[in-house]
This record gives sequence, structure tokens and C-alpha cells, in this order.
Amino acid sequence: MNTTNNTNQWLFEITPKNKFFSLNLKEVWQYRDLLFLFVKRDVITVYKQTILGPLWYLIQPLFTSITFTIIFNNVAGIDTGTIPPFLFNLAGITVWNYFTACLNGTSDTFKANAGIFGKVYFPRIITPLSVVISTLIKFGIQFLIFIVFYIYYYFNGANLSVNSSILFFPILIIIMGILGLGLGMLISSMVTKYRDFSNLIGFGIQLLMYLSAVMYPMELIKQKLPKYGWIVDYNPLAYVIETSRYMLLNVGQISILGLVYTLGITIVIFFIGLLVFNKTEKSFIDTV
Amino acid sequence: MEKDIILKAENISKQYRLGQVGTGTLSHDLNRWWYQIRGKENPYLKIGDINDRSTKGTSDYVWALQDINFEVERGEVLGIIGKNGAGKSTLLKILSKVTAPTTGSIKSRGRIASLLEVGTGFNGEMTGRENIFLNGAILGMTKKEITSKLDEIIEFSGCERYVDTPVKRYSSGMTVRLAFAVAAFLEPEVLVIDEVLAVGDAEFQKKAIGKMQDISRGEGRTVLFVSHNMAAVKSLCTRGIVLEHGKVVFEGGIEDCINQYFNDLMQLTQRKWNPEASPQTDFLRLLEAKVLNENDELTLNHLISNSIILEFTYEIIKEERLFTHGFNLYNSQNIHILSSHDKDSQTLKSSLKKGIYKKRIVLPGNLLAEGNYSCSFAIMTYNPFFVEFHEIDIVGFNIIDEVGQHTARGNYSGNFPGVVRPILKWK
Repeated sequence: MNTTNNTNQWLFEITPKNKFFSLNLKEVWQYRDLLFLFVKRDVITVYKQTILGPLWYLIQPLFTSITFTIIFNNVAGIDTGTIPPFLFNLAGITVWNYFTACLNGTSDTFKANAGIFGKVYFPRIITPLSVVISTLIKFGIQFLIFIVFYIYYYFNGANLSVNSSILFFPILIIIMGILGLGLGMLISSMVTKYRDFSNLIGFGIQLLMYLSAVMYPMELIKQKLPKYGWIVDYNPLAYVIETSRYMLLNVGQISILGLVYTLGITIVIFFIGLLVFNKTEKSFIDTV
Repeated sequence: MEKDIILKAENISKQYRLGQVGTGTLSHDLNRWWYQIRGKENPYLKIGDINDRSTKGTSDYVWALQDINFEVERGEVLGIIGKNGAGKSTLLKILSKVTAPTTGSIKSRGRIASLLEVGTGFNGEMTGRENIFLNGAILGMTKKEITSKLDEIIEFSGCERYVDTPVKRYSSGMTVRLAFAVAAFLEPEVLVIDEVLAVGDAEFQKKAIGKMQDISRGEGRTVLFVSHNMAAVKSLCTRGIVLEHGKVVFEGGIEDCINQYFNDLMQLTQRKWNPEASPQTDFLRLLEAKVLNENDELTLNHLISNSIILEFTYEIIKEERLFTHGFNLYNSQNIHILSSHDKDSQTLKSSLKKGIYKKRIVLPGNLLAEGNYSCSFAIMTYNPFFVEFHEIDIVGFNIIDEVGQHTARGNYSGNFPGVVRPILKWK
């Protein structure tokens, strides 16, 4: 074989820096089995050696919904119209939980996987992707609970109806996942260098929930707090939650402009996250 | 015939920041960014000390690797040897894409898979079988590939009975066997292996070395091998590079590399210990060891026909015990050349008073072959036989062969094999 003639035929090259936007879908596709196995591992191992097992998936949203119903609807008197307040809260919390689980799960990607990342190379994005997918299974179980209560209330005479736009509900969840993934990648990259961000995220998520129309209709905040209502208006998460309630319970409003805005923000955050993540994955092991 | 280069490293350097990463990083980051937007070079790349742990440097930045260049041919097993901190692991990390080089590039014509530490990504909660799939996928295999080799992997690991038991119930040896088995059935063009053989029993080590020989010889795959086990390096590798303080100091045949490595390791003709750090037992502590020539001068290089005197100084801290002395001699390939003990010592008949004593051993000329040697020293008691301590690699010396009638070589000046070189009588 002659090396002088085929010097350009290197299979790949390891260089100091990654290309600017290298999503490298081809490589991710090569590792698709790993993605699947990571998802399987997450699902299998999360509740090993617990007594209640997957029931923990159900307990958390149920108790949160009960608490919200007591505090916000019974004590503070937020009006949910014809919809039972418990169901109203459960819908918001189920969707919101998916976002926070994605964000929490992906935001410590580098720190939590330093051991394995320090020894073997595979496309790092597989790890946060697997979190988003395994979280989807958890979301599915929680959504089933929502359906159970929906049917329960329906047969108990509550005035419930599903909007035909529910067909687009999966797209909404995908947007939520991508948003969580994008933010998570961004934060996980920054945490490797400045640990301050891991402190920020804990209470940041809490604060964000109050701005995301989880336990109140969007319309309500504009009526009650006209001065500060714009904060919720600019929050892309609020549109996702408001829209999912519109689809599931046929309450509130659907704002096409709001959804376009949400989609735009999601794409921007995802690409910024990807950019920073790609830059970090090359050398984070030296700083983590 | 042109060489078939599968992997090529060009000017690989890696810079690390010392001290606490985090304090002052923001200012350095901003500074770096400011240089970058003005189109200038990273200012922190110009500074940086050679990576020598023992000296105190002036800069916060060190070069763990500096201007590493090498080429690997297809089917070659390249050994990478060097002392701790010489940069071996950093180089392997760059090769396996775990971290990026600061400058330079590595070009490869084949997939590289690494075995930096076996059992990466093993999950204790999952069974052996599930972990084979997970670990295989982490190392870059597809599910199909793993399924087709599953039986072979399980058989090679010798863990059939436990394959459906969670890995957390495995012994560490079993975990390593299973992990190595997965990796051994990887089919990358280039395999990077680091210190795998440190664990596992002798039988498995033999199996592992055999498998790696098959991989490189039979299947024509390229292996980069890093290990402290010189016997393994020697039996596996054809060529090697020696790293020292982040630079390639030697490149060549594996035997020469190993010699170079040991040469560098033991240029010690004299060792002294502080009382608290010395090799010791409850009644005796070693104070000093020396390599002397026939004129009682400290000497590293000895002509083959001259005798060598090893002198050990020790202190008796408690009277009462009867004991004797022993020593072992190893060559640069860590082969145990000989062992000797002071079987008629006075110390076996009556106990020594407190104080400082010297013991000398004379190694006659025309005994050992040329090369580097390392000595150990031991204190033993008889009745019952017990080794109080055995300190290896205390001092060392080199033997330099000469041509002449007073040597075994006579007037022949070519390659002369054998670990000993006595003058024998021919009748």
C-alpha cells in the first residue's frame, strides 16, 4: 500500500477543537443501540430495591396536585371554571413534571458521568438524549393516571370534553422535551466549569413553575396582575402548559402566536445548548 | 514496500492547569477570549513548564505532553512505557477521544476503541448478560454484533454460572474477566489498552495475553498497549516508545525500550533512609545500601570481569533475635537472576548488641551478562522461617561487557545471548 498517495484518506482526525455545529447525526445513529440500552438501564435501575417501585412515579404528582388544590383553589380561591380543580392541577403538573425531569436529568450530564466519560468515547449527546427518552416513559405512566382521574370525574358528572386539537398533544410534549434537553445541555456544560449553576437550578426551577401557569390559567394572571402579566407572556413554558390544558380539558385559550414564539425559543435554546455542549465535551474531563 | 500507516500523531501537546481550577478561571477565560476575538494566539499556550512532579515550577500551566510524534503500522503492537506521570495515560486519553489535545492532531485510518479501564459503565444492578450488552455498546459495538458473539464472550469470561446474576454480587476478579471478555471481542482496527492485566489471577492473565497476541498477530489488528508489567509488554509488543516528562525520549524495538526504561529507573548506587522511612522490622532497620567496586568506590558501571561489592548498613534496635540476611538480583526485564542468603551468619548463633553493622556481598566478575541489574535486600529469621522484610529495587548497577581472553566472550564481538556469562572450562 502506498501512504503518500492516500494521505487524504484518513478515516477521522482528532483535533483540539470541534467544528462549530457538529450534531453528527450519523455518529449518533451508529450508537443507537447504546441509546436504547441507556434508556433500558435507566428504567430498570431507578426503582431497584424500593418497595413501592414505579408507584413512586404516581405518588409525587398526586400529592402535589392535592396540595395545590388545597392551597391555590380552596385557600387562595383560584377559579378553574367548570373543570374540577384537582384535574386542572394534575394536567398542569404532569406536563410540567416532564420538563423538570428532563432538565434535572440532563443538567448534570457531565458531572454525573465523569467516570465513564473519562474512559470511553461515544457521542456524549447520547446520555442527555437517553434521559429525555426514559423520562418520556415516566411521563407516560403519569399521563395514564391523569386519564384514570379524567374518566373518574367524567362518570361522576363533571362537565369534561376533549378538544380535537389533542391530536397535536404529542408535538407539544416533544417541544417540552427539546426545551428541557437544550436548557439541560447548556447548564450541564456550564456546571463543569462554574459549579454555581448547580445551585441556581434547584430554586430556579421552583421559581419558574410559578411563572409557567401550572396552577392557574394564563388569563387569570393578566387580570389580577396586569403590571407583571407580561413576565408570563414571555415564558415559553407557560404557552405549552396552557395549550396542553386547552387540548386535554378544553379550557383556557390557544395562542398560535404564542406557540410559534415557543417553538422559536425552543429551537434557539436547543442550538445554543448543542453548541456549548459540543465545545465542552472535548475538554471537560480536564476541568470537571 | 511502503509502510502501511494506520495511525499518525503529529505534534500532540496537552496543557493542564495546576492548582485549583476554578479560582481565577473567569479572568483567564475572559483574557483568552479577548485575545481570540482580536485574532491572536491563546496567551496561555506560550507559558508552561515541563511536567516534572519533583521540581517546583514557576508557572500554573504544565505540559503533560509536548510535541509527541509517532506512527503506527497496521497490525503492529506498540508498547508505551514510562514512569508514573510521564504522560502515558494522557496520551491514551487523547487517542481514545476522551479529551482533546491542546495542539496537534491524530489521524487514523480505522476505528479506535479503548480499554482505558475495564468495566467502564458496568451497572451493579444489572445482570452479567445485560452488562455485556451495555458495556459492548459503550465500547462501540452494535447490538447485532454483541448478540452474535454473546456465547463466545460468556465462555471466554468463564462466568457462565453467574451470567444472570447482578454484577454487584460478582467478585472483583469476575468483574474484570467479564469486562475483558467483552473488550476482547471488539473489532476495531485500533485497540488501546491500559493496565488491564493488573487484576485477575495468573491463569486469566495468561489467557488475556494470549488473546491479545491473537488479536494482533492472527487478526492483524493494531494494538497500543500501556502497562507496568514489563513481561507482558515484552511478550506482546514489537515496538515501543518511552515517554519521560511528556516527551518521547526513545523509540525503537521493544527490548531496547525496556532497557532504556530500566536504565533510567535505577541509576542509584547509593541509598540512605531516614530512620522512620527505612525498611525495618521490630528489631532492625536498614540505613544504607551501596554498590562499590573492588577499591571501595561507589560505582554504577562495572566491567564484566570485575567483582562488585554490595554493602548494606543496618541498625539493631532490639537485641535478642537471631536472624540472617538475604538478597535477590533482577535484570532489566525483571527476570529473577539469582537469590542468596547468608546461611553461615554469626547473627544466627548469637544475637547482636544494639548498634550499627555492615554486611557485604561480593558478586564475582565473569558471572552476569551485560545489562542493568537491580538488587533487593531481605532480613529473615529461621525457626520458624519468616521474612521480616524484603525491599526490592534498592540499588542497581550496569555491567559492561568487554572483549578479551579474560572474559567469556573472548575475541568474539557480536551478539552474545544469555542472562549469565561465566567462563566455563572446556576440556
